[in-house]
Amino acid sequence: MQEVIVAPAPPAATPQQPRKRRSFRRSAEPFGFLAPTLALMFVLMIIPVVLVVGYSFMDNVILNKNPQLVGIDNFVTVLTDSVFLTATGNTLFFTIVSVVAHLVIGLGFAMLLNSPLIGNVARAIFRALYILPWLFTAAVIAVLWRMLLAPNGVVNFLLNTDVEWLASPALALGTVTFINIWAGYPFFMVSLLAGLQGVPAQLHEAATVDGANGWQRFWNVTIPQLRPIIISLTLLDLIWTSQQFALIWMTTGGGPVNVTEMLSTYTYKLAFSRYEFALASTSAVLVLVMSMVLAFFYVRHQRARD
Amino acid sequence: MSNEAQVRRRIAQLAGATAATFGLLVIAGCGAGGGDGGDSGGDVTIEFAQWWEPELPDGEFRALMDEFEAQNPGIKVELISGPYAATKEQLFAGAASGTMPDVVGLDGAWVSDFASQGVIADLTTLMGEVGYDDSELASQVQVEGSTYMIPVVNFVYPMFTNDTLLADAGVDAPPTNRTEFADAAAAVTALGDNTTGWTLPLSLETPNGIQNDVMSWVWASGGTMLTDGQPDVTNDDVTSAVEYVQGLWDDGVIASGSFTMKEQDKVEEFTNGRVGMMIDSLAHINLIREANPDLEFSISAVPAEDGYEGERGIPYASWGIGVAESSEHPEEAFKLVEFLMSQETNSELSSIANAFPGNKNSTPDFVADDELYAKAFEIYQAGYPANEFTGLPVAEQLMRLFGEQLQVTLDGGQTVEEMLDKTQAAWEAEF
Repeated sequence: MQEVIVAPAPPAATPQQPRKRRSFRRSAEPFGFLAPTLALMFVLMIIPVVLVVGYSFMDNVILNKNPQLVGIDNFVTVLTDSVFLTATGNTLFFTIVSVVAHLVIGLGFAMLLNSPLIGNVARAIFRALYILPWLFTAAVIAVLWRMLLAPNGVVNFLLNTDVEWLASPALALGTVTFINIWAGYPFFMVSLLAGLQGVPAQLHEAATVDGANGWQRFWNVTIPQLRPIIISLTLLDLIWTSQQFALIWMTTGGGPVNVTEMLSTYTYKLAFSRYEFALASTSAVLVLVMSMVLAFFYVRHQRARD
Repeated sequence: MSNEAQVRRRIAQLAGATAATFGLLVIAGCGAGGGDGGDSGGDVTIEFAQWWEPELPDGEFRALMDEFEAQNPGIKVELISGPYAATKEQLFAGAASGTMPDVVGLDGAWVSDFASQGVIADLTTLMGEVGYDDSELASQVQVEGSTYMIPVVNFVYPMFTNDTLLADAGVDAPPTNRTEFADAAAAVTALGDNTTGWTLPLSLETPNGIQNDVMSWVWASGGTMLTDGQPDVTNDDVTSAVEYVQGLWDDGVIASGSFTMKEQDKVEEFTNGRVGMMIDSLAHINLIREANPDLEFSISAVPAEDGYEGERGIPYASWGIGVAESSEHPEEAFKLVEFLMSQETNSELSSIANAFPGNKNSTPDFVADDELYAKAFEIYQAGYPANEFTGLPVAEQLMRLFGEQLQVTLDGGQTVEEMLDKTQAAWEAEF
């Protein structure tokens, strides 16, 4: 006798379709919300980045109507340019000194402002005073300090000296670094102050009960509590400071000679002074790669926190 | 699912779809539109990008455009105005993307680059096509025999002298040759009280001090920094000028802060009475008068080499004009150029800009009204406008390269001879 296998009846088509539609709709819906952001990111970030990376492998783009691929020639040219190497060294000095100083000064002022020894009014006044540099744009900061540090400026008048703070090859890099430190510490101060206010008082009390002195409490309670904020701020500041352009450009223009030449000013000059857009793209790609290393650590740190 | 939940869901979907559509429309909007001048109601609109309007008294430049529109029914002018640096970047971006405005304000330093890219029109051809008579034009900037820019107005750079400081230093008249200048600078510096004889801006951000304050010594004595259009900075003319500047530096008669000093700092030093002499744009006369009405100063020609009797070159900068190669309305665009270069308009524009006209037959009003301008006009007419950077490729970069080497030299890092050899090599690499 022949065995009859009765296949299960296929599910009715009519009720299945709405379910599929519903599930498609459900999975597509988040993309609908994300679409504007994704489209903007694609147009404003992905396309320009891809174009710049592409330019870095071509001969002089923009000025040359039919640019040709030249492989890594541009990278060899830029990496063997002594000015690029000087700019890299200057950028490293400027960035590391600035970030360390931002951290130390920002933490110092934040702890002063967080101290129970000062009253609320004094705290508010000092908070407003300390945060002032952060309210100025780079252009204002540059003009202000150019005037203060001019040979006939206020600083020389007060010190009774005739020092060329920005024009002397021996002093210029230190001077622009100082200006950048002055302009940037409030960011650290405000963020660390918020962090300090979140440190539970019980931890300090417990440490005091255990016999810890002020330094030990700072080192073993305050710093570990602030560590996540400090790491985030440091990485962000490293990225921002290494890309500082406006302040350098408007105070020294990369001079005297090239003692304050940074990667940003070097790239700008390639593009808008020499019109070597391919080489400028190459320099920009190198800066991007360096920034991405820092960004990688930043993202990894953020993930670890989450 | 409850009715309420369904409604909420529907609203969320609608919001999502609206946001997505809006985003796409914004992006589509970014990509579309723009274009160079459209026709509205039969009128042709031409765009004119320049940095002149913000530098002129409010509304004056627009008034000139209104006059043009009245004389040329059917043509509208849309002014795209911004500061010099922003205009420059905008034009370079426009050149790259093929969206240059129809008429463009040009600096002589950009002409070679734009011409080699083929983004500005050959005006020699255009003038031929419309039958324009160029005999009234004071000068034209050419690349390989074709005109690409017409200087509309010129700002000359004579020597300014602080009469009071010079008199206090026992100098009766502005110096006319290098020896007299060096002596006067030393005498003013010897007055003490923070005064110096001369000011030399060598900022690398805006390196035009090389053109205006260093090369002016070469041109004032009829010298040149080029041979057959190619760099020749090791010649006797340039060597002698740089050695002279080095001498002034070594004598300590130049104001401090040169290496980061910009043109505006130079003017400030002079205006505040701390510097005896400077080479500067005539355009700053009013600024100096407004900032320090008590300052007594004179204008004279830049001193020449001792014994030089020939015609003196006087540095100048121009507001130049050109037409975009991509313009859909080149004839209308050239009508605007013609209008600005006409005797009457050019007189008017040079009067409001305090500049010298690009039309030979124009005379600005201020020449008759003001003694200083009259003197400057006399110097301008007695000499010849000299600016060898005009029309050179990457002119600003050439100045910067020269400036970098000059800074090393003045700082004692190399001899003048070594400096000029390095500059020559660096310049040759850019040509």
